Amino acid sequence: MSDVIDRPLLEQEKTAKARLRIIDCDVHPSLHAHADLNQFLPKRWQQHLKTYGSHLRTPYIGTTPYPRSSPLIARRDAWPPTGGPPGSDLAFMQKQHLDPLDIEFGILQVLDLFIFSQQNLEFGAAIQRAINEWQLAYWSDREPRLKASILAGQDDTEAAIAEIDRCAKIGRYVQINVCPRANEPLGRRRYWPIFARAQELDLPLGIHVGGYGGHAPTGGGWPSYYIEEHQSNAHSVAAQLSSLVIEGVLERFPRLRIVFIEGGLGWIPATTWRMDQHFERFRDEVPHLKRRPSEYVKEHFWFTTQPIDEPDEAKHLRSLIEWIGIDRMLFSSDYPHWDFDDPRFAIKTPLTEAERAKIFNGNARALYKL
Amino acid sequence: MSATRIDCDIHPAVGGTRTTLLPYLDDHWKEQVVSRAIDGLDLNSYPPNMPLSGRADWRPANGKPGSDLAMVQRGAFDQLGASHAICNVLYGAQAVFDSYMAAAFCKAINDWIAAEWLSRDPRLRASIVVPMQAPDLAVEEIERRAGDNRFVSVLVLAQGESLLGRRHYWPVYQAAEKHRLPIAVHAGSQYRGAPSSIGWPSYRYEYYLAEAQAFQAQVLSLIYEGVFLKYPGLKVVLMESGVSWLPAFMWRANKTWRGVRVEVPWIDREPAAIMRDHIRLTTQPFDAPPDAAGVADIIDMIGSDKMFLFASDYPHWQFDGDDAIPPHLPASIVSRMCADNPLETFPRLALAA
Repeated sequence: MSDVIDRPLLEQEKTAKARLRIIDCDVHPSLHAHADLNQFLPKRWQQHLKTYGSHLRTPYIGTTPYPRSSPLIARRDAWPPTGGPPGSDLAFMQKQHLDPLDIEFGILQVLDLFIFSQQNLEFGAAIQRAINEWQLAYWSDREPRLKASILAGQDDTEAAIAEIDRCAKIGRYVQINVCPRANEPLGRRRYWPIFARAQELDLPLGIHVGGYGGHAPTGGGWPSYYIEEHQSNAHSVAAQLSSLVIEGVLERFPRLRIVFIEGGLGWIPATTWRMDQHFERFRDEVPHLKRRPSEYVKEHFWFTTQPIDEPDEAKHLRSLIEWIGIDRMLFSSDYPHWDFDDPRFAIKTPLTEAERAKIFNGNARALYKL
Repeated sequence: MSATRIDCDIHPAVGGTRTTLLPYLDDHWKEQVVSRAIDGLDLNSYPPNMPLSGRADWRPANGKPGSDLAMVQRGAFDQLGASHAICNVLYGAQAVFDSYMAAAFCKAINDWIAAEWLSRDPRLRASIVVPMQAPDLAVEEIERRAGDNRFVSVLVLAQGESLLGRRHYWPVYQAAEKHRLPIAVHAGSQYRGAPSSIGWPSYRYEYYLAEAQAFQAQVLSLIYEGVFLKYPGLKVVLMESGVSWLPAFMWRANKTWRGVRVEVPWIDREPAAIMRDHIRLTTQPFDAPPDAAGVADIIDMIGSDKMFLFASDYPHWQFDGDDAIPPHLPASIVSRMCADNPLETFPRLALAA
């Protein structure tokens, strides 16, 4: 059974030319099994994975620290009939997601084996390379609508840069991904070589929520519930926005473009106002900043829409969107996860056709040069 | 004094353990602090010389901002026009690792503020400083002060050893509710963990910004652990938290709750509704959009005129000039936040001192 709700095509959509196709900036492919990686992974690391496993700073081997609300965080209807986890079967992804929602391009975000947070950096580097190859072989090669991201394990900066360079030579990747819960805040200098490479290659830096940096998910400590942890994703990206701005990353790399993925939108204006509010008071501490924080935010950052805010009143969502700026928003669905946003219904406030065209397609097309 | 205007957040400063607090320590701790030189416990969150920690015109010639009663009286009352003010002492007692030492220092702070501030100016009230490191000792301290109506709330830091909803803190809330004391959660950290999940930032500026997210985590923790179901009379005041993050935070909480409420089945209504009933915020700093329309939107989105409490955050440098009321606030909010809301939130304010 498909959960896709049929909507009749509007008159103006009947011609392909007028039809607004969707660019989905957050699609999660999954490994069918770790063995999928064997063809890309040296024997030593295959053996390592089997014997020692993935080592993240979390209590359990087989699951996440906070039990999620559904198996593998997935929509209940996203399990492929052929078996395997949600997101592991291309044909089913095409049938359930890409085709019926008329996805023109999907940007892949791989979370398997969370390479960004692997404690054994050498293992992390081997896995990152294998997954980057797997993205092309299993996904982009077979479905050209799906665009790969270069996973770059930020905490072994040297290996990350070697991998970025290897992938950039191939030339089929559309962004460089690092993790918002790294060993240190991303604005700190140890990560600047990655930003230098991103600017040089003119690839956006993608930061998808998640990861295990060893710190509690909140500034107040470890919560008890998934419902708290889930919302703390917005805290991580707010803190990273501050870090990247306040450390002066954008002064040093004036052409760097940064995308926050799956952070949602609501936190952005308040975080920016708060930075501006206290800027004068702390200006002496950060003399490397030449402009108000909000100016860096407006020029250098993009934000994916999911999980889209759902205020009780549509006009409030409209205010939020205007505060952020239509030009900075990129539609994302988070398929196949439970908190998936359907492009037809997600943004519950009136938008003009021109605005829709930007959010659902034009902004991402320009940013990723699709 | 004309109209009632209650400033819910001012900061008298403790000079030091071996100076200010020494007369209020028992013989054991007197000997300890002198022989071991236990002093200099100013919280790392507020270095006294940092601009935010003291407005230039509120800095005494000698000593820390907030250390001189006469100067505080001139600033908070004469200049800013408060009729009453609640003293929230931010000193390191709350961050001490040794529970016994923490309790002794908290007790000394409370004795000091009662003797040297509250007794010298009837317009002053105070929050009880408690050692949350040891909830049983925190309860003892609350019970010790409960008979003194000049203590109107219980002060805790926004970033402590664990999130405030956790059950080991519940006896503190039981005592607070019993004595009609709201919990005042104030910006500041025990430095037990990084100020956010991304780790330790480089700049104090970032630390200060990250407080907003710590407050958000505390609100979620208090709600989802069920604190307000167990203690329905309890109110929690976020002090120096900022304000403009609240609407989007409410939306996200409601949405997440709709998605995964199965995990917390005891929460049977939207978390934003619980916030409107139980959470209050002081109005400095007011990190709002710069324009009147934006402020009006934020207020409309929050959807409550009961949540705001007037505060100057004296002597912290949050604004210039003599008006501590943030610009562009609608009259309906201003009229409630100075008197009605504080009196509802801190019921002991209405009792005879």
